[in-house]
Parts: sequence; C-alpha cells; structure tokens
Amino acid sequence: MEKIQIISIIGSVLFLFFIVELIKKCLIKEAYSILWLFFGGLFLFISLWKDGVDWFAKIVGIYYPPAMLLLFLIIAVIFVLIQFSVVVSKQSDQIRKLAQEVALLKSQQTKENDH
Amino acid sequence: MLAVIIPCYNEQYNVGRVLDELTLLNSDTILVVVNDASTDLTSQKAKETNKAFVIDLPINLGVGGAVQTGILKALRLNATQAVKFDGDCQHSSEYIKDLLKPILQNEADIVIGSRFLSEEPDGFKSSFFRKIGIKLLQVFTKILTGKIITDPTSGFRAYGSKAMNFMAVNYPNFDYPEPEEVVLAIKNDLKVLEVPVKMRERFAGKSSISALGSVYYMIKVMLAMFFIALRKHKKMD
Repeated sequence: MEKIQIISIIGSVLFLFFIVELIKKCLIKEAYSILWLFFGGLFLFISLWKDGVDWFAKIVGIYYPPAMLLLFLIIAVIFVLIQFSVVVSKQSDQIRKLAQEVALLKSQQTKENDH
Repeated sequence: MLAVIIPCYNEQYNVGRVLDELTLLNSDTILVVVNDASTDLTSQKAKETNKAFVIDLPINLGVGGAVQTGILKALRLNATQAVKFDGDCQHSSEYIKDLLKPILQNEADIVIGSRFLSEEPDGFKSSFFRKIGIKLLQVFTKILTGKIITDPTSGFRAYGSKAMNFMAVNYPNFDYPEPEEVVLAIKNDLKVLEVPVKMRERFAGKSSISALGSVYYMIKVMLAMFFIALRKHKKMD
C-alpha cells in the first residue's frame, strides 16, 4: 500500500468521523448531512480501491487519473453549495412568514390594549 | 369593505399626508399602513394620525413582503377589496374609484392603474432609461403571458377578494414585485385589467431605485418573471 493511499484512507475516516460527531451533537441536522456522508463515503471508497480510480479515469477518458479525484471533489462541493442555497431560500421564506405573523399579532395586541 | 394598503419604508414626511388624503374617501374604508422596518419616524407619524392600522414589521421584508402583510391584515379584517397605495404620495386617491369599478362589476380580479393609457399627455416625467425599461418589461410581459399590460411597474393596484386570497399566499416576495405579480396573476387565471391614472412626482424622499441599481433590477425582475411563467399553476386555497 502506498503512503498516499494510507493518508487518504485516514483522512476520509477522520472526515466521516467528524461528520458523525457533528450529527451526534445535533450541530448538523440529519437531512443536511446526507450529502456530506455520501461524499465522505465516496472518498473512503476511492482511497480503498485505488485501481478503481485509474480504471474509471480510463473509461471516461481522463488522461491523468488524479484529476478525477479533483473532479469528484468539485462536484461534491457544488452539490453541497446548491443544497445550502435551497436551505437558505427556504429559511428566508420561513423568516418572512414569522415576521409577518409577529407584526400582525403585535398590531392586534395594541388594538386590544387600547380598548 | 375596502382596505387601502400603504407599504412604507422611511416615509415620515409623506405618510401623514397620504393618510390625510385617503381619509377623504368614504367611510367604509380601512387604512392599513405597513411599516417595513423603517429607520425613521414613519410608524410614529402614522400612529399619531389615528386614522390607520399600523403594522410594524420587525425586519425589512421589501415591498413584496410588506404588501403581502397588508393583504393578510385586510383579509383578517374581512375586507373584500384592497387597493395598494404607495406611501410616497405618488398615487392620487381620486383614481381609487376607477380602479375599484371593474372589480365591483366582476370584470377583473386585479386592476392596474396605468400611466400610459391616458389620452392626454401625462404629467409623469420619466427618464429615457426608465422609459426603455418599462417598454422592455411590457414586451417581456406580452411574450410570457400573451397580454398587453401597458404599465407593468405601476404599484397602484386594486384587488378583488379572489386575488387577495391568492396573493396572501403567493405574493412575489421581492423588492420590486409589480411586474412579477402581473405574470403570476395572469398565469394563474386571475383577470387583470388596466385603467388610466395619473401619478405625481414624489414630494419628499428619494426614489427607491438608483440609476446603477436599475440594470441589476431589470435582470433580476425579468429572470423572476421568466421563472414564474415556467412554474405550474399555484393551488388556490
């Protein structure tokens, strides 16, 4: 086993461990951690099966197999960022609804106090 | 019962005047000021008049969110029609009856006060670029909906109860929602009509769209209109 392979296995395991810890401490909701777990698992798989990288790179026509790792990494990051945009949009919607409801309730309350 | 919704952001010098003008309307009208987290005395000035329900949003939501809040309030007060009236004195209350007429006669769900339908030359001064922008939005609205709306950016509008219930849920939550609202309404089978109005120049305060911001605005609004047109029909609650 090459040095780089050992390092990447350790790195992937640590990464997965870190994500699991965050979920256990409720710092990430399970629903939002699916992508992280998926890509963490993918990287562990790739580090364990080194020939697979070369094999897959050959199939899709990537001349320099490690470039495929970067490609996976970029895809992972983009997916997670898109998920963040979705979550942020949803939250801004929820915040708007809350703000509207608070304002409406407050206006009702001051009216009731007047009487 | 009619509710006049007045979205306000930092309109301390105008809001009193607007409310004075609106109280001259007949008695079966409620005024709803939605203060969109102004940093000046808008809320206080509006409350001092004792003429309106004043709703203070805790955070700034933009015109879209503010108008929607006003519609929600109007519905809770059992209003059956609503008119959106700017807090900056640009709109004249004398046209409210014109806006309401097609709604009361069941000819429309939303009526837009258009500056460009009047036969006489209008008093509304508009810069060259603003004219181009409005023209572009007109053409774009026509492409997306097949209908000609001469003044898609006009904020002077009346809503019937069907439109109010729809917009209470689906109002575009955007800083300048007017052109989006047109597309949304037509795509969801609300009847949209225009009637001629004249608008005034602002008395105080500055316009909400800067020259530099307007290019960004155009891109944003056209993108939003495009996606609204792509979306499936919304459910009516």
